[in-house]
Amino acid sequence: MIVNQFLVLAALLFSIGIYGVLVRRNAVLVLLSIELMLTGVNINLVAFGQYIQDAFLAGQVFALFVITVAAAEVGIGLAIVVLIFRNRASANVDELDLLKW
Amino acid sequence: MVMLATLFALGEQTGHEVAQLSDGGVLAQWAWLIPVVPLVLMFAIVFFGKRLPMKGWELAEGAMLFVAVYGVALFAMNANEGINYEGSIEIARIGSFTLEWGWVVDGLSIMMYAVVGVVGLAVFTYAKGYMKGDIRYTWFFAAFTMFAGAMLVLVSAPNLIQLIVGWELVGLASYLLIGHYWEDHANNAAATKAFLVNKIADVGLFVGVIIIGVTVGSFRFTDILNAVADGDSALAQVAFWGGLALFIGAMGKSAQFPFHVWLPDAMAGPTPVSSLMHAATMVTAGVYLVGRMFPLYQTDGFAIDVKAIMIVVGALTLFLTGLIALVQDDIKKVLAYSTLSQLGYMTVAMGAGAYTAGLFHLFTHAFFKGLLFLAAGSVIHAVHSNNMSDMGGLRKFMPWTYRTFLIGSLALAGIFPLAGFWSKDEILASLSFDSSHDGGTLAMVVLVVAIAGAFITAFYMARAVYLTFFGEYKGHGHPHESPRVMTYPLIGLGVLSIVAGFANIPGVFTGFTQWLAARPQVMGDHHAEAINFALAGIGLAVALLGIAAGTRLWKRDAATQQARDTFRIPVLYPVLANKYYIDDLYMKGVVGPIKGPIARFTNWTNTYVIDSVVNAFGAVSVFLSRIVYQGMDQRGIDLAINAVGSATGEAGDALRYTTSGKIQEYAAALFAGAVLLVVGFLILT
Repeated sequence: MIVNQFLVLAALLFSIGIYGVLVRRNAVLVLLSIELMLTGVNINLVAFGQYIQDAFLAGQVFALFVITVAAAEVGIGLAIVVLIFRNRASANVDELDLLKW
Repeated sequence: MVMLATLFALGEQTGHEVAQLSDGGVLAQWAWLIPVVPLVLMFAIVFFGKRLPMKGWELAEGAMLFVAVYGVALFAMNANEGINYEGSIEIARIGSFTLEWGWVVDGLSIMMYAVVGVVGLAVFTYAKGYMKGDIRYTWFFAAFTMFAGAMLVLVSAPNLIQLIVGWELVGLASYLLIGHYWEDHANNAAATKAFLVNKIADVGLFVGVIIIGVTVGSFRFTDILNAVADGDSALAQVAFWGGLALFIGAMGKSAQFPFHVWLPDAMAGPTPVSSLMHAATMVTAGVYLVGRMFPLYQTDGFAIDVKAIMIVVGALTLFLTGLIALVQDDIKKVLAYSTLSQLGYMTVAMGAGAYTAGLFHLFTHAFFKGLLFLAAGSVIHAVHSNNMSDMGGLRKFMPWTYRTFLIGSLALAGIFPLAGFWSKDEILASLSFDSSHDGGTLAMVVLVVAIAGAFITAFYMARAVYLTFFGEYKGHGHPHESPRVMTYPLIGLGVLSIVAGFANIPGVFTGFTQWLAARPQVMGDHHAEAINFALAGIGLAVALLGIAAGTRLWKRDAATQQARDTFRIPVLYPVLANKYYIDDLYMKGVVGPIKGPIARFTNWTNTYVIDSVVNAFGAVSVFLSRIVYQGMDQRGIDLAINAVGSATGEAGDALRYTTSGKIQEYAAALFAGAVLLVVGFLILT
């Protein structure tokens, strides 16, 4: 079995995700980009899991966990975004500099 | 219980028998309870007394009952077989010197146990009635129990160290009791006076103990007296000064001239205290000490020269203080001066080498003087005044007090066949014996003084009886007989005052002589082998003469009463009333200079010499600390600490710009870090 094509796809998705996280100003899109990065990781997990013929399907199972955790994370993230939007009438991450000294 | 058993076992190990004398068996082995029980119960009274139904009196009475029963049991046993036992437990060891707590059970200490117990029982019973309603009732009985317990510690001591412990405890207890009515400043002053005069004399005791103890290498009486018996030459060299110093200590406690001044003032305490103090505890301690160390004074080559001093001091005391008793109006002071006079007799007897006679007088005196004080207290209780000028005619109101007081007075005056007659006759006989042996002319002179003293004794006791009980009542209110709790002890002591003298009748029954001789060492005692009828006759005649003179002078009848009361002998009276100006002499000669110039000088020294030294030390310290503060602390240590602080601050200043608050910048840094790690990892592998 050849895994290269999956790995290339995963790397592309991860890179696009990083790009989105770093460049996008809208918080919703930043969260979406994080999801893209996680998807890339999941593809890697499933691909390698299949590649090494794991009897316990650890890679696939792990991907399922990642999806679950990602769903929870997005739920909380979107809730925060909604709250911030209510307070500030904006979801622009450049304006969210509350952590500044 | 384990502890008790241990004590018991130790006592058994260290006790030793002496030939021909019994070791006293279990009764002697457990005799350590005699001083311990009152002292333990003293604490019980202090802590729980107020909660008890009789406010702690029952514990005090219980303690004295125990001591009395135990003492009398030992007394009977000693009379039967002669006991000599000494038990001890080691408390501490300092180098080669061991500190021991022990208990001596021999003829002398048994006599004291019995006297303290019996007189104490009577006085404690009486005190229940006398002290009724006192605001410090419980505390009084605690201190009173301690007083008796301390005396028992002293008496049971097998070594000089324990004797000092008891000696000082007695002093402390007497201080507390004399100052019992401390609301009145005069009573405090009397307590302080008693304490200080005793303390001054105690210096003598300490010096004597150190001289003798260090020379012999042991503080135990047995070792010291054995050294005397063996003719220890080192001890013989210092024996005079050691013996004299010990006698000075004894003079303080037994109130011998010129240390007698504290005793009359000690009348400030409640009457039961005076009674016990004058009869069984405290003042007998000095005579007891001389009796305990008797062979030291009686053996040739040792402190035998001290006897001459003893006999002179005793004679001065017995005669001079007897005269003062003639002019006192306070009934307790009459008795106090008579105690001084009787203590003079005891000292004279000791000085004449008559161990038995001196202690026999102590024994009989304890009963009749205890009785007289209790009876006087009963009168005071009824009249609410100490002064005989407020009394008179009490014979009708207080029959039992009158009868017992009369018995006590006759016993004290030495009327046949009451107790005082036998013991006083014994002293006169021993003086006569001494004058024909080593006492010489001095003893002869003292014999005359003692006979004159007997006259004075009878004279002032007759005066006290007539002024108190005869004539017309001159006080206020209606006096009445005291309650039975007070009269029964009087009757008990009255009986003892009658019979105690029969314990030693020379040539007929010499029980007391043998009881006291139950000791390991030979006493070298001078005691009469038969009654000296001539001397006994002279003594009795003189006493009767004294009573007759007293009757002539003071038997009041309505017509002449007033005139006689105000009559004063011109020169003699002021001298006697001012107690030979001895108190004034002490006040001006000793207390005055100490309170005046010496105190001022000490104050000056303190302010200008000691304080300036202290201040100089302070100034130097301040100077040094300033150097340390400004040089080392401010410039050295602070510099380093500040450098660390400012470096941290500046680093923080520089770094704070990195926290921009922009999430995406943080994320970029995060990813850059991750990439760096991966690249580094790849290069390394």
